[in-house]
Amino acid sequence: MKKRPTVGEILQAKGVSRRGFLKYCATTASILALPPSMIPRIAEAIENTRRQSVIWLSFQECTGCTESLTRSASPTVEGLIFDAISLDYHHTLQAAAGDQAEAARHAAMEENEGEYLVLVDGSIPLGNLGFSTIAGMSNIEMLKETVAGAAAVVAIGSCAAFGGIPGADPNPTGAVSVMDLVTEKPVINVPGCPPIPMVMTAVLTHFLTFGTIPDLDKHGRPMTFYGTTIHDRCYRRPFYEQGKFAETFDDEGAKAGWCLYKLGCKGPTTYNACATAKWNNGTSFPIEAGHPCLGCSEPNFWDGGGFYEPLSTGQFDSGTKLAGAAAAGVALGVAAAAAGRAKQAKFTKEG
Amino acid sequence: MDLLEFAKGPALQVAAYILVAGSIWRFVGILLLKEKSDFSEPRQSAGIMAALKVIYTRSFTASAFKRATLYPKMMAYVLHIGLFAVVFLFVPHIMFFEGFLGFEWPGLPNSAIYVLGVAAVVSGIALLVRRLTSPVLKLISNFDDYFSWLMTMLPLVTGLMIPVRMGIRYETLLAIHILSVVALMIWLPFGKLGHTFLVFITRGTTGMVFERRGAKT
Repeated sequence: MKKRPTVGEILQAKGVSRRGFLKYCATTASILALPPSMIPRIAEAIENTRRQSVIWLSFQECTGCTESLTRSASPTVEGLIFDAISLDYHHTLQAAAGDQAEAARHAAMEENEGEYLVLVDGSIPLGNLGFSTIAGMSNIEMLKETVAGAAAVVAIGSCAAFGGIPGADPNPTGAVSVMDLVTEKPVINVPGCPPIPMVMTAVLTHFLTFGTIPDLDKHGRPMTFYGTTIHDRCYRRPFYEQGKFAETFDDEGAKAGWCLYKLGCKGPTTYNACATAKWNNGTSFPIEAGHPCLGCSEPNFWDGGGFYEPLSTGQFDSGTKLAGAAAAGVALGVAAAAAGRAKQAKFTKEG
Repeated sequence: MDLLEFAKGPALQVAAYILVAGSIWRFVGILLLKEKSDFSEPRQSAGIMAALKVIYTRSFTASAFKRATLYPKMMAYVLHIGLFAVVFLFVPHIMFFEGFLGFEWPGLPNSAIYVLGVAAVVSGIALLVRRLTSPVLKLISNFDDYFSWLMTMLPLVTGLMIPVRMGIRYETLLAIHILSVVALMIWLPFGKLGHTFLVFITRGTTGMVFERRGAKT
């Protein structure tokens, strides 16, 4: 087998300067909350590591996660790192098709047994295995076969991590998440609709550098990126504290950049790095663009109430049941008063 | 369904049913009670004005009791004003009310709410200390007094914990806060917290009885 080049060699060939590469390593150390002393270790690990074999499986998804990763306006070092991994199988990006594509997947699995990473985007339908098939294989069959020899699995996007939109009520395909099915391999969830490109590459960098998976929260998300809420890091937070809120999307408050809480912002309950890592090469994030956070990196975000309903809105039924409760109250009150009157009459009589 | 969804959904719904049914039950039950027979000659006519007068005068301390009751009365005012502001003037709460009332009103900045909330908790603790240290109050206090205090304080304390966080996740604290409100809503109609909706009725009734008997009100 031909010896694969190291990531360092590939980056050098692509014209990435030493300075640019170290800047990427410093940024990665910073976003992974690692001390500066770890920068040389990251650089060394990335430079000397052989291209990590990655198999990317796409199931019930919209390709948004791949778009997020590949549609940057200009090539970034993070993008090049992604180029530097050996993406051995990816429906959308690979040139091969049909049997050749499947052969590439099997070859990668055999050559890198126990070492390759499986990245999954999209949920897996269990309602009818025929709902989503690739090369005649059901999604669950392909997932189980591919994951068997993997080092770890990364669920990219909210569909893979939590079921996402396909899993939303009434979940017609019986969609489930990767972690619902993969229990014998470490699963890292990188949710978001789509996830932040830097978060995806930083998770891969962490794996390349340390050979381990990062610390995860209760939803299997890396703590370094999903450890604080959007609200905690939001630049509009001072307006929340001052009680200054945009009432509509075009009022004076919205123009002045006031807090979007009243417009349904789910920032207070959403854990993600959007407010710090931002999007489009650090340009902005949804709240900065004037739209409330939808909470897309949280489980069941699609079913978590209206996008434009404030978080503090209770989920009440229609008024009918409340009217029923009021009627029951009147009935109980009348009964209690009748009993009280009877007692009063008895005492008066006795007295 | 996670804890927050449970708190915001079914728990809040059931609590709302109990609060509405329980409050109306007690309200109607008391209003329909037969007036106690009074065989004595009325000293003065006891009309609605007598009721209104006592509703007003009992809002202040009578000069004879000023020294004895000034401190608890002040604390009670701080507690009630703080509670009112925290419940009705905190913007996320206004959003909650707007969710089913359909209209909103202006709120206060969060910093003002935090100050009023802390003042309410401090005054609540001061009132509890007084209850526990005064022999007379201790003697006439029962489970209802202490439990009602706890039910009032829990939402205040859990609400004030949300911005502080203390290492606990926001949605967990929010869920605990809502569940403490749920507990308060369920208890409110049945204990002494019923004075929330009965205070002016009972005070007015007292005024009418006193007026009829010729007492100075």
